[in-house]
Amino acid sequence: MSRPAVDTVEVAATSPSQSQPFKELGLNAEEYQRIKDILDRRPTSSELAMYSVMWSEHCSYKSSKVHLRQFGDKVPAEAKDILLVGMGENAGVVDVGHGLAVTFKIESHNHPSYVEPYQGAATGVGGIVRDILTMGARPVAVQDALRFGPANAPDTARVLPGVVAGIGGYGNCLGLPNVGGEISFDPSYLGNPLVNALCVGVLPADGIKLAKADGPGSHVVLFGARTGGDGIGGASVLASASFEAKGEKKRPAVQVGDPFAEKVLIECCLEIFAADLVTGIQDLGAAGLSCATTELAAAGTGGMDVDLDLAPLRDETLTPEEILMSESQERMMAVVTPENLEKFLEVCAKWEVTATVIGTVTDTGRLVMRWHGETIVDVPPRTLAHEGPVYERPVRRPYDQDALNGEHGNGLPRPKSGEQLRATALKLISSANLADKSWVTDQYDRYVLGNTVLAQPEDSGMIRLTDRALDGSGEADLGVAVSVDGNGRYTRLDPYAGAQLALAEAYRNVATTGARPLAVTNCLNFGSPEDPAVMWQFAEAVRGLADGCQQLGVPVTGGNVSFYNQTGSTPILPTPVIGVLGVIDDVSRRTPMALRGDGAQLYLLGDTRDEFGGSEWANVVHGFLGGRPPKVDLTREKLLADVLINASRDGLIDAAHDLSDGGLFVAVAEGCLRGEVGVRLVVPEGLDPFVFLFSESAGRAIVAVPRTEEVRFTDMCTARGLPATRIGVLDILESAIEVQGQFRLPLSELRTAWAATLPDLFG
Amino acid sequence: MVTFPGSLDDRDALRAVRLAGAEPVPLWHGEKWLSDVQAVVLPGGFSYGDYLRCGAIARFSPAMDSIVDGARQGMPVLGICNGFQVLCEAHLLPGALIRNRSQKFICRDQAVRIENAGTAWTADYEDGQQLVIPLKNAEGCYVADERTLDELEGSGRVVARYLDGNPNGSLRDIAGICNAEGNVVGLMPHPEHATDPLVGPGTDGLPFFSSVLRALVGAA
Repeated sequence: MSRPAVDTVEVAATSPSQSQPFKELGLNAEEYQRIKDILDRRPTSSELAMYSVMWSEHCSYKSSKVHLRQFGDKVPAEAKDILLVGMGENAGVVDVGHGLAVTFKIESHNHPSYVEPYQGAATGVGGIVRDILTMGARPVAVQDALRFGPANAPDTARVLPGVVAGIGGYGNCLGLPNVGGEISFDPSYLGNPLVNALCVGVLPADGIKLAKADGPGSHVVLFGARTGGDGIGGASVLASASFEAKGEKKRPAVQVGDPFAEKVLIECCLEIFAADLVTGIQDLGAAGLSCATTELAAAGTGGMDVDLDLAPLRDETLTPEEILMSESQERMMAVVTPENLEKFLEVCAKWEVTATVIGTVTDTGRLVMRWHGETIVDVPPRTLAHEGPVYERPVRRPYDQDALNGEHGNGLPRPKSGEQLRATALKLISSANLADKSWVTDQYDRYVLGNTVLAQPEDSGMIRLTDRALDGSGEADLGVAVSVDGNGRYTRLDPYAGAQLALAEAYRNVATTGARPLAVTNCLNFGSPEDPAVMWQFAEAVRGLADGCQQLGVPVTGGNVSFYNQTGSTPILPTPVIGVLGVIDDVSRRTPMALRGDGAQLYLLGDTRDEFGGSEWANVVHGFLGGRPPKVDLTREKLLADVLINASRDGLIDAAHDLSDGGLFVAVAEGCLRGEVGVRLVVPEGLDPFVFLFSESAGRAIVAVPRTEEVRFTDMCTARGLPATRIGVLDILESAIEVQGQFRLPLSELRTAWAATLPDLFG
Repeated sequence: MVTFPGSLDDRDALRAVRLAGAEPVPLWHGEKWLSDVQAVVLPGGFSYGDYLRCGAIARFSPAMDSIVDGARQGMPVLGICNGFQVLCEAHLLPGALIRNRSQKFICRDQAVRIENAGTAWTADYEDGQQLVIPLKNAEGCYVADERTLDELEGSGRVVARYLDGNPNGSLRDIAGICNAEGNVVGLMPHPEHATDPLVGPGTDGLPFFSSVLRALVGAA
């Protein structure tokens, strides 16, 4: 079989005018010229492949960088006490005490999940898990935030079951509990679903691993799966350019996952970390070997020699360009000193993981790669990893923004009678966005690892980190809580406020379970950065998020930007998805959402205003989007969180549930169904029943307070200045939600309406 | 407690053994010798990625030789989920486990009834006792030919049965079976995840582990 001649550095130096397909690889003419300036010659085809993937939007953050700086510039004062590793590494790491640290991050796998739902979603989980592992941590839980087109659209019936099966198929086989997330539907996601996967890992506070190749003479070891032809060009083609009815052609560009290989790789790595056998480590994700070699070299001593012939291949016909771009899954790269190499290889052999020395760390400042004895790459690694192009894209407020905000929707007909309110309640609870999600979540293992204190549908997932039954310490069990939230409709109406509302909701969810919010990760899903209106949404959302994090005292530790989420020229709703991580000193004090306790008093915390802009009610009942999202008050959010955390610690409440989409009625219904208890609600004086039941005012939660603690609890709220209104009493004999003077809805009827929606749609 | 590559619930089962008051010993699938362990738990998970067939490769692990010999000589062996699949593949138990009828992975708190409280692993229960323990599997549908099923029923070897709806299509709602001697038990739901109310639906699963401990201590 004849092969095309290999393009070597020598050839490139003597053929300066040879035309190269830089445009097809996603680079523009200026970027191509810059590569030539850096190298002082044209790049070889291998070098061009590497620059194209490393300078892609996905890897270089070239359009977002100038905005993301705010997360660093506005870092809250609290950060210095807890932040062990900040943005820029594979994932941020926070100190949680007891000698332990926690790392977490969320990442998108949107485009691959549209093309190939099962593999796209599966490898999304695999990728984020490897990011967490790379920090030296044992992955302990996953969550995912999913968005699809209309629930009844034919393509949603293709994409959703595949995505869910992929997340379950990979995560279950990996043995990671799936402890939460969110699923929602909107027409804007029809040709561009969002699949955002979050992973949490735990590690000794002094056991952090970093992605750098230090120490000339150290070995560069590639280990894990062999390199194959899947996912080539995934980073530059799939993640960075929008679909224009080209979906079919890109099919082979989606990677194929093997969770068993990853499970073995995890255990192998953890054994290697425990024995302290690596000086640097990097996973192979987007841009595969190109990314791992350049990032390791750029962060370390500065140089690396690699013999590409040594990389174990699944397909011997791969060209060096393909090997460099392949995104085959379940691969890692480690930097190992000569004295540790033997032990390193022994551990790999025990786990039957293929490990191959493919290169050496140098101090030349150059990344040099050879293939069949010839030099095909000779580049300064920093120019790929850190010094890519940076764009200040034009920003312009969308022309329709004023019109959108002006259409306040106050004239939309509202239910008035008890009968109408009851019908509205049923309509909302059975709508796809608010209905029971167990059709999805029952396909995920939430028990494995044996440390799941709370899982979906609780306000946040909670994982136990220490176990006194086993360590004999006698100390309370430490835990972490995580929640992810986002709201595209709010963000469309006001990106600055929308991002803060998403942050506030995740923050509130963590506090609702009794944990103290510590840190933030984000997945910013937007349309094309080349569209100034989208760029305005992005800039505003980042500004809102950075300001919000500063005000709440929770630093951003890392995240991911996903651009080009659009079909044709129509972008998705701007969707920042925010993950908040919190810590709880004693997991036995966690607050569940299930309303319980006969005779317990139900309190509403916070203020309820007439706020229906972007609400589920306007969406479900009227298909309307306009006006302004609910008011943001982060000082109030902080106060509410303090009260919820203290009430949990002091045992003042039996249950708590945050108020968000669908408002108070939905929260009460979810709590009653989970706790199998009825409630008699009283509309507070001066409040319209419709506003009371369905407004989406932020900064609110409901709590169930046992009678014995009522005085202490209300005294605490009064002393701190948090409005607490008694709105009802729990009654185990009354299996219904009764809104006094308005309507009565038996739990059985409610449950049927709530539980039937997704099974009816998806089988 | 044997860890195969791809075992997932191994740590949880170790914890359950500890909570029951016994000393858990982790075993590696590549080790031939059982040293001095007195009972073996084959944990849940996806040994060898469930390649070929669930449990089909794990049964050839070096550790399985001694386990099969031990089981034939009366050593208590409990296979949970994937471990149950391994026991069927190793012919210590009859029948097989195939894909759930729904074709989907299912994770839920499952009601089961103990049908035989006479085995090494169920002596701390009472016949007919109802429990709630987590179930999580993709291939938990128990099948066997009619004659085998009749034989299992006739000799009291159906150890546990699903209540309130069969989750995976198992014939005759079978959730667990044992061998003729009652020392080898295969169970699809996960009792190790119902040993600590903080992280599971309750403590209904604990007696599986205390039963065997009592049997061993009593025999010693």
